[in-house]
Amino acid sequence: MPPARDVAIVAFAQTDHLRHTDELSEVEMVMPILHQVLSQTGLKTSDIGFTCSGSTDYLAGRAFSFTMALDGVGAWPPISESHVEMDGAWALYEAWVKILTGEADTALVYAYGKSSSGQVRDVLTRQLDPYYLAPLWPDSVSLAALQAQALIDAGDTDEPALAGIAARSRTSASDNPHAQLAGARPQGEYLVRPLRTGDCPPIGDGAAAVILAAGDRARELCERPAWIRGMDHRIDAHSLGVRDLTDSPSTRLAAEHAGVFDRPVDTAELHAPFTSQEVVLRKALKLDDSVSVNPSGGALAANPVMATGLIRIGEAAARIHNGTSDRALAHATSGPCLQQNLVAVLEGEAQ
Amino acid sequence: MTAASPPEVLRAPLVVEFPFTRSLGPVQSAFLTGLRERTVLGVRTGDGKVLVPPVEYDPVTAEEIRDLVEVAPTGTVTTWAWNPSPRRDQPLKTPFAWVLVKLDGADTAILHALDAPGPESVHTGLRVRIRWAGDRTGAITDIACFEPYEGKTGEAAGPHEGRFADMVTGIIAPARLDYTYSPGRAQTRYINALSERKTVGERCPSCHKVYVPPRGACPTCGVATTDQVEVGPAGTVTTYCIVNIKARNLDIEVPYVYGHIALDGADLALHGRIGGIPYDQVRMGLRVEPVWTEGGRYPDHYRPTGEPDADYDAYKELI
Ligand SMILES: [Zn+2]
Repeated sequence: MPPARDVAIVAFAQTDHLRHTDELSEVEMVMPILHQVLSQTGLKTSDIGFTCSGSTDYLAGRAFSFTMALDGVGAWPPISESHVEMDGAWALYEAWVKILTGEADTALVYAYGKSSSGQVRDVLTRQLDPYYLAPLWPDSVSLAALQAQALIDAGDTDEPALAGIAARSRTSASDNPHAQLAGARPQGEYLVRPLRTGDCPPIGDGAAAVILAAGDRARELCERPAWIRGMDHRIDAHSLGVRDLTDSPSTRLAAEHAGVFDRPVDTAELHAPFTSQEVVLRKALKLDDSVSVNPSGGALAANPVMATGLIRIGEAAARIHNGTSDRALAHATSGPCLQQNLVAVLEGEAQ
Repeated sequence: MTAASPPEVLRAPLVVEFPFTRSLGPVQSAFLTGLRERTVLGVRTGDGKVLVPPVEYDPVTAEEIRDLVEVAPTGTVTTWAWNPSPRRDQPLKTPFAWVLVKLDGADTAILHALDAPGPESVHTGLRVRIRWAGDRTGAITDIACFEPYEGKTGEAAGPHEGRFADMVTGIIAPARLDYTYSPGRAQTRYINALSERKTVGERCPSCHKVYVPPRGACPTCGVATTDQVEVGPAGTVTTYCIVNIKARNLDIEVPYVYGHIALDGADLALHGRIGGIPYDQVRMGLRVEPVWTEGGRYPDHYRPTGEPDADYDAYKELI
């Protein structure tokens, strides 16, 4: 079923992603990219119908940090606003639904993460089952490594193939001025075997913002809007021992609902923080070698947690805006081992 | 007024520590109490599968499931990952393998640590058994870890009542996260000025309001505050409350007064304690000034200046 309204991404901006941004508070990091997307479209805060953000206080250990970040929007007189304690891709989903219902015609979506303040591997253990998992503090790299070993045991990949994904991603990132790791590099030692340093994302800080608009408004604001043809998100069981870690049924289901399999895509921006997770996603999304996967470098080149998924949607949209893609898939993930997955299909009109 | 210059970055350690007290459902309660008694329980789903660790609801159908069975303390590794540098709160202090283990009699796997000499000795399919913790309280950590085991397969699954003496009904899960806090440009400038006993706000270039303390952005206009403006030192109490409850770790006699104080030149009131005056004589419009203590990096409190009270009209916009 096609969406009830035509909604497009009309602007996208992201910060340079850096290992440390000690000199910046969160609002100081976010504000410049909010100004960038507004100036790309010529909109003012007062023109925006709905604002939605994604972040988590746990990353930098700052209670209610999202209300501080809102200072960068200019929220007076009061604006219609919401926040998700999730990756900004889910904030974009909320904004899309808001526009589909007719309650708004434009939306500003942003997300940010400042992983440098804490130990992100430990912080992410706090999202796990508090009874059976969190007391063991299984960190994000360790859980991804369990998934990688399951893939190796199943014959779906091996260490050289994973190294190839790392090299391809970071080579692609050479064309991405915002990337934290641009250019191929040695795989390094095992961080948690079978994953080496090169199989894991960099730790860093960054932010991203997107503007959505409906129908003719989108055409006024952008020369070639990236129309959202479908978007859906699904979740697998929480317990890792219940899941088949070599597959991602929730990604496949979300893709079916988003219309991915109706016609081939030419580009896919996948939110795969670990090389092994690209293997799972390619299988679930039935992507063959004709598809350009992560031309931005993906999460292996820059992983500002909470913004990485929104950046995948923004990067896919940017390729439609500049004419390098006509039909792109964007994917975002959340939770351990690709637990929850969002898939969007973006299209440009014939050039 | 001076133009902002790049400050030296301030940093301070920040520890966020919290004990979560969580109640257990009937299935979780039976499972965790069972661990205390060296008994591993699973739960049977509608289609006959045994889930270990057990949950209250079927992860596929969402059906309520209560049919408990006992499984063996032995099992098989279904996947593993070698962790060469254990992190602070992980189950073992020496290098170990994370493992998912399907216990004999179970259809799903449980996550835990495996104590093994090195990655060469671990593989998928390895037979393991539970090593029980010496001190067991009814928590997942009652399993100290798994260890390789070449003995016979444990006893097959059998029905279990799930009843034990003194059932565990809740857990207290402590959590500690360590951060390095850095406050950003605007707050760094503010804190640096405070250490010289000056209160410096920042002006919005668009609406010209002076924010104290500054946070880097004008929340009305959504732009960066640019100019530093020294305000005060004196100010006006715009509103206040009388505190009658003694805060933990705070060495101040109750009752005391906590107020909003609009420093002269500021367009936003800041918070501060008001002293040097009986609590029941503090009033709106009272003129106050900061009191600094030896070595203090911010005003200890504010005290009356002795000036006449400010007119209500002079501060009503700042309440
Ligand atoms: Zn302003």
